[in-house]
Amino acid sequence: MTIQIKTLDMEPKRQTFGHVARRIGEGKSATRYQEATLDVQATTNFHYKPLYEPEYWTYDPRKTRVVMEDWYKPLDPRQYYYATYNISRATMNQAVERSFTFAEERGLAEKMSADARKQVETFLLPLRHLHWGANMNMTEITQRGYGTAVTAPAIFSSGDHLGMAQIVSRIGLLLDGQTGVSLDMAKEVWVNDPAWQGVRKLIEDSLVERDWFQLFVIQTLAINGVVFDLIYKMGDAGWKDAQLTIAMLTVFMTDWRADESRWSDAVIRTVAAESEENRALISQWAATWIGAAVEAARPLAAAFLTDNGAAAEAAGEATVARARALGLTL
Amino acid sequence: MSQLASLTFYHNDDARPVIDAILADNPGVQVLNMPGAVKLDREGEIVIKRASVEERLGRPWDPQEIHLILISMAGNLDEDDDRFSVSWKH
Amino acid sequence: MSVKKLGLKQRYAHMTRGLDWETTYQPMDKVFPYDSFEGIKIKDWSAWEDPFRLTMDSYWKFQAEKERKLYAVIDAFAQNNGQTGITDGRYANVLKLFLTGISPEEYQAHRGFAFAGRHLRGVGPRVAAQMQSLDELRHIQTQIHTISHYNKYFDGIGEFPHMHDRVWYLSVPKSFFDDARSAGPFEFMIAIGFAFEYVLTNLLFVPFMSGAAYNGDMSTVTFGFSAQSDESRHMTLGIEVIKFLLEQHPDNLPIVQKWVDKWFWRGHRVLGLVAMMMDYMLPKPVMSWKEAWQIYYTEAGGALFQDLARYGLRPPKYADIATAEAEHISHQNWAIFYQYTHAAAFHTWAPDAKHMDWLSEKYPNTFDKYYRPRWEMWNQMAKEGKRFYNMALPQLCQCCQIPMGYTEPGDPTTICFRSSQYKGETYHFCSDGCKDIFDAEPEKFVQSWLPVHQIFQGNCGGATIPDVLNYYRLANGADNMDYVGSPDEKLWNEWQADKLKTAV
Repeated sequence: MTIQIKTLDMEPKRQTFGHVARRIGEGKSATRYQEATLDVQATTNFHYKPLYEPEYWTYDPRKTRVVMEDWYKPLDPRQYYYATYNISRATMNQAVERSFTFAEERGLAEKMSADARKQVETFLLPLRHLHWGANMNMTEITQRGYGTAVTAPAIFSSGDHLGMAQIVSRIGLLLDGQTGVSLDMAKEVWVNDPAWQGVRKLIEDSLVERDWFQLFVIQTLAINGVVFDLIYKMGDAGWKDAQLTIAMLTVFMTDWRADESRWSDAVIRTVAAESEENRALISQWAATWIGAAVEAARPLAAAFLTDNGAAAEAAGEATVARARALGLTL
Repeated sequence: MSQLASLTFYHNDDARPVIDAILADNPGVQVLNMPGAVKLDREGEIVIKRASVEERLGRPWDPQEIHLILISMAGNLDEDDDRFSVSWKH
Repeated sequence: MSVKKLGLKQRYAHMTRGLDWETTYQPMDKVFPYDSFEGIKIKDWSAWEDPFRLTMDSYWKFQAEKERKLYAVIDAFAQNNGQTGITDGRYANVLKLFLTGISPEEYQAHRGFAFAGRHLRGVGPRVAAQMQSLDELRHIQTQIHTISHYNKYFDGIGEFPHMHDRVWYLSVPKSFFDDARSAGPFEFMIAIGFAFEYVLTNLLFVPFMSGAAYNGDMSTVTFGFSAQSDESRHMTLGIEVIKFLLEQHPDNLPIVQKWVDKWFWRGHRVLGLVAMMMDYMLPKPVMSWKEAWQIYYTEAGGALFQDLARYGLRPPKYADIATAEAEHISHQNWAIFYQYTHAAAFHTWAPDAKHMDWLSEKYPNTFDKYYRPRWEMWNQMAKEGKRFYNMALPQLCQCCQIPMGYTEPGDPTTICFRSSQYKGETYHFCSDGCKDIFDAEPEKFVQSWLPVHQIFQGNCGGATIPDVLNYYRLANGADNMDYVGSPDEKLWNEWQADKLKTAV
C-alpha cells in the first residue's frame, strides 16, 4: 500500500501577516515570536480618555520621556511568547522542586547552625517583599508601557518575581516547620530593622515613579543589579554553613537573573542607542538610581556580611560597568 | 427557580475519570454532550472527591489538576486537598 | 523528622497575603492612586476569598503542559493542511471576524488586568488579576498562532491589528474595551472580570468552539477550549470580585448595580457579532444563538443573579429586552453585513434554502415571519443580477457604534431610534440600554470615535469607498464582497476538485 501524503499543491498565498512582512521583508516566513509580538498593541483611534488620567490615552508613548521612532525596536533576544516563557519557567522550576525535596529529605534546615539560620531569617527571607515590590513595578511597566515588544516580557518578569517571592517564602516555611512564624518575623525585619530601611525606601520610591521607562531602568538595572545581586550573587559567605543549601534553594534566582538581564540589557541598550537625548536621560536615571541603590544597600551589606558596606559598593561598581557596556555614560 | 451548578470538561481521556467520579458521587447529575466537550449540570451542587478520582485513575490526583481539563463552570467554587466543588449553597 | 504538608488554603495564604506591607516612605495613596475615585469603599481587603489558589510554580507547570498540547495540535494542523478539511471555505470568515474583532480584545484584557493587578490595594485580587493578565496574553498569542496558518491561504486576515484600529464594525468591540480600559480599576473588574468573563464569556467560547469542532477546525477548537480552561479561573475571580464589593459596604451596591446594568448591555451588543457567526456563518451550525442564550444567559445567569439577590443586587436592567432580542439579533446583524459587504473584511452570503429551513426550525416565532421574506427577496435580486448593496453610510449608535438597524422591543417592523441632548448637541442611540449608558456618562461617550463621522470629517483616507478601503488596508475584490466569486472560493474549489481527482 502506498500513502500519498502530498496530494495538493499547497503553495501559500502569503507567508505571514502584513504588518510582520513589512518589518521582516516580504516573502519571508516569520517566527512565532514575531507573529505574537509585532504591532499587537493598538496605536490609534482610541475612543475615550481614561477617567483616572485624562491627559493621556490608554496607550500613549508620552508616558515616558524617552522617545522611540518605533517601540518594536527593543525586542526580546530570548524571543519569548507565552508558551515558550511558561515552558522555560516550568523547566527551571523542576530544579527548585528537586532542591526542596532533597532539602526536606536530608533535613538540611535542621542541620543549619543557629548562626546560619539567623542570617537566612534576617537577610534572605525579607527579600520576598522586595520581589513583591519588583513584581508591582514590572506589572506597572506592563500596563503603562508602550508596545508589546517591551510590555509582554514585562508581565513575564512580574510573574517571575511573584514566583521568586514564593520560593523565598517556601525557604521560610522549610525553616520554621511550616508554621509561617519565620515569615512573620521576616516582615517585621523588613518593616523595622534599620539594615533594611534603605532598601525599603528605595523600592517604595520606585513604586511612585510615573515615567515607565525610568521605572524600567530603576528596577532592571539598579535594583536587580545592586540589591538582588548583593544577596543572591555576592552573599555566599553570609550564609555561613548554610551556603550550599541556600545556593541550591535559590538556583532559580541565579537562572532567572541571567535570563532576564539578557532581555533587560538589550532593551536599555537599544533605547539608549536611539538618540543622544535618550542616552543622556537614561544615563542620568541610571546614575541617580544606581547611586541610590548603593546607598540603600550599604547598611544591608554591612549588617549581612559585616563588611562595612564593601559588597554594596562592589555591586554598585559592577552595575555601573554593566551600564557603561550598554552604552550609557556614567 | 432552579439553580444549576455546572461543570464543563473536555471530552477526552484525561477528563474521563473525573467525569466518571462525578457521575458516581452526584446523584441526578445531567449530562449534555457537545462536540469536544461535556457539560454536567446538577441542582444546587456538584462535588468532585479526590479519592473517587484516584480510584478510577489508579494514581494520586491533585484536585488542582482540574485546570487541565475544565472548560467552564457555574456556581461558587470551593477547593481543598480532598475535594473540589461548585455550588449555590451557603 | 517528617515535615507536615500544608493544606492548599494555608499554603496559599503564606505565599501571597504576607507579601504586602503598609508603605511609610511613600504614602499608600500615592502608591495606589487610582482605587478611590470611583467611590467604592473597602473596609477590609483581607476579607477577600481567593478563588483557585494557584502559586506560580503550579501555574507554570499547568500552563506549560496546556501549551505543549496546544502547539502540538497547531503544528499537526499545519503539517496536514487541515484548512482543506473544514466543512466549507465559508467557514474561514468566522476566523477573520474572530482575529480582527475578538483577539485584539484579549490583548486589551491583558493590559487591563495588568492595570488592576498593579493598582488594586489588596494582595489577593492583585495576584489573581496578574495571572489573568498573563492568561489573556496567552489567548491573543495562541489565537494569532492558530489563525496564522489560515492567513497563508485565505484573504481578510493579514492586516488584523491595522484593521482593528480603523474598520467601522471593529470599533464596536474596540470601543467596548476602550470603555473598560479607560474606567477605574473596580469598574474594569466588574466590566471584564464579572460581566464579560462570568456572565457572557460562555456565549462566546463554548458554543462557538463547538461550532469550530463541528466544522472540522480542530486547531481553533483546541485553542478555544484551551483558552476556556483559563476562563474558569477568571470566572471565579469575576464572581469573587462582585461578592467582595457588595459585602464590603452597602454604599457599593448602587455603584455596582449601575456597572452591572451598563456592562451587561454593552456585552450583549458586542456579542451580537457572535450571534451572527453562530446562526449564519458556520456552514454546519451547531446550536442557535437563541439556544445558547437560553443555556448560558437565562439558565446560568438566572442561577447567578438569584444567588446575588441576597446582597440586594437585581438582574441587569433590560435583561428581558436582551432575551427578547435573542429572537432577532443574529438576523438583523447579518443583514447589515450583507448590505455593506463591500466595506467588510470578510465575505458574506445569503442563506440557502436548507440553511433557511434550519433557521425556521430554530426561530419558529420570528424567522419565517420577518426574515425569510427578506432573504428570499435578496436571493431573487441576486439571481437577476441586481444583488442588493447599501451605498449610504449608516448612522451609528453613539454608544455601541452599531449601525442603527435594530427594531423596537415588541415591534420587529419598526427601527428603534433614541436620542439625547448634551451641551446643545443631539446624540443618537439604537436602544434604551445604550441611551441610558450615555446619559449616565455623557462626557465620556461624546468622545466616541465614530467611524462614519470620521469618514465624513476626512480622517479615513478620503471621501470615496476606495479611499476608505485603502485606509483600512482592505484589498478590494479579495477581502470584501460575497463569498461566491471571491479568490477564497476559487481556491477552495480547486482544493475540492483536486481531492476528487485524488480520490478517483
